[in-house]
Amino acid sequence: MTEKKSKSKKGKAIIQRNRITAYCFLLPNFIGFFIFTFIPVLAAFVLSFMQWDSANPAKFIGLKNFELMFKDSSFIISFWNTICYTFTTVPLTIIVALALAVALNNGVKGITVFRAIHFFPHVASIVAISVVWQFLYNADFGPINMFLKTMGINDPPRWTASVQWAMPAVIIMSVWKSAGYYMVMFLSGLKSISNQLYEAATIDGANAWEKFWSITLPMLSPTMFFVVIMCLINSFKVFDQIYIMTEGGPGRATSVLVYQIYSQAFINFKFGYASAMALILFLIIFIITFIQFRFQEKWVNYTN
Amino acid sequence: MTTNIHVNPIKPSTLSRITKMKLYHIAGKTFLYAIIVFSSITMILPFLWMLSASLKTEMNVFDFPINWIPENPVWSNYIVIWQKIDLLLFYFNTIKLTFIITTLQLVTCSLAAYAFAKIEFPERNLLFLGYIATMMVPFQVVMIPQFIIMKYLNLTDTHMALILLQAFSPFGVFLMRQFYLNIPNELSEAARIDGLSEFGIYLKVMLPLAKPALASLGIFTFVFVWNDFLGPLIYINSNAKKTIQLGIRMFISQYSAEYSLIMAASVCSLLPVIIIFISAQKFFVEGIAMSGLKG
Repeated sequence: MTEKKSKSKKGKAIIQRNRITAYCFLLPNFIGFFIFTFIPVLAAFVLSFMQWDSANPAKFIGLKNFELMFKDSSFIISFWNTICYTFTTVPLTIIVALALAVALNNGVKGITVFRAIHFFPHVASIVAISVVWQFLYNADFGPINMFLKTMGINDPPRWTASVQWAMPAVIIMSVWKSAGYYMVMFLSGLKSISNQLYEAATIDGANAWEKFWSITLPMLSPTMFFVVIMCLINSFKVFDQIYIMTEGGPGRATSVLVYQIYSQAFINFKFGYASAMALILFLIIFIITFIQFRFQEKWVNYTN
Repeated sequence: MTTNIHVNPIKPSTLSRITKMKLYHIAGKTFLYAIIVFSSITMILPFLWMLSASLKTEMNVFDFPINWIPENPVWSNYIVIWQKIDLLLFYFNTIKLTFIITTLQLVTCSLAAYAFAKIEFPERNLLFLGYIATMMVPFQVVMIPQFIIMKYLNLTDTHMALILLQAFSPFGVFLMRQFYLNIPNELSEAARIDGLSEFGIYLKVMLPLAKPALASLGIFTFVFVWNDFLGPLIYINSNAKKTIQLGIRMFISQYSAEYSLIMAASVCSLLPVIIIFISAQKFFVEGIAMSGLKG
């Protein structure tokens, strides 16, 4: 009995010692994490039920911010613009990234160089990239339209200067910028697919297309799952390129959710209202992630 | 039995099938390379245009057909921009921020990740769940409360605000933990028996082994801070504290028609990232593969 007791005492002492050591390691990070990430997450929630500009004290107003939002045409337009941006950008990016990854994975020589070339736009600064594309898109003398004119298109789109084409212009540039990043993810997923599967399929007489549908895609589903989530989330958060290239215009053609959140918070100083919008953004992202995790067993095929 | 070999000569039809397959193979390969080369060109062309425009006069920037290599490169564009805007100051501010934030993040994240990966303590899973959960919350949601906190701390329009916000990323902890988990526990056990303290094990056993992960995190942080736009946009107002990204943005709005100068400034802002990218490409790719792993 006494032996057992002292043993558990010893165990407790070890736990206590481990705990102290662990907290010593954690502390520098945890303080910062707690004050500048954890508290703001909770505060964002509370703020969305308040009315607060920098001049007057904060006031609890319940759901009024949300009511206001659904009557606010700028918000509604931005919301639909974001949806439109996301549901065009995500499939395009994924198709391009996957096609490139599959192509590169076919024993192409110089894969490192090609991979680096495609990956670079993701690493390059969004300010520099947005400026170049703004010039490329220039309606009157930009290289893109000059090229289209030599191809016989006399009335090329006015891109960032036109209401119809501003959003497609931003989308094309965004796909160009991020396809390489997701391609690298797909490439590492493709690497983990066993060659034996393809060899067996070859013996069975499957052609390249059949192999892609019945081996590559199913085996790639964990990567696909991850890429789809990342790509969706990043698309809902689009801001930089829009702020620099179009400032939400012309009109409100490219005004997106984050652009609204930014301008309501840091230009109009409506902290409460902007937080309510941010909460909507969070809800969307949360729901996407939740649905994906919930249904992943149905279509994700983990090899181990 | 040996006669069998002679009985089965290759029929002409089989022969043509083999050459046909070879042809298909060659055609397929050509198609593959065509796609990859085409898309590579698409990826590079905007950068080449940028570089070439930065060496032209304002008059010639939009010449068509594009003159990729200007006959008389205007190198002076690269001198003029340092005089027109305070590029040197913006460079210095960005280097300072990047250096401090990257160093702090490597220290705080590698320490915290060690606790999560290698020390058993009762609240470990709960705390780690908290980290993971906040990773899901987009920056745009917390940026308003963060701004209010900084306002109360009187830190708006200071570099300190950006340093404090970016020195403790949950993502960094996650990335480092993923790496530590793959290091066998026997190593730290052996070190413990040899009488090394927990901090000694971290410093002398784990960190040297975790160099690739540290490199990945360091490079990610470097590139993020160097390119960050929204953070400085929210916090920095005074010209003396602007980062290079804000500086270029300001330059664009002030001299919107001086295309070649804007391009020269953009090339200058890209250079450090290009150098890091070319010399450490491997770590980028490894880092991405690592962050995409199942936890």
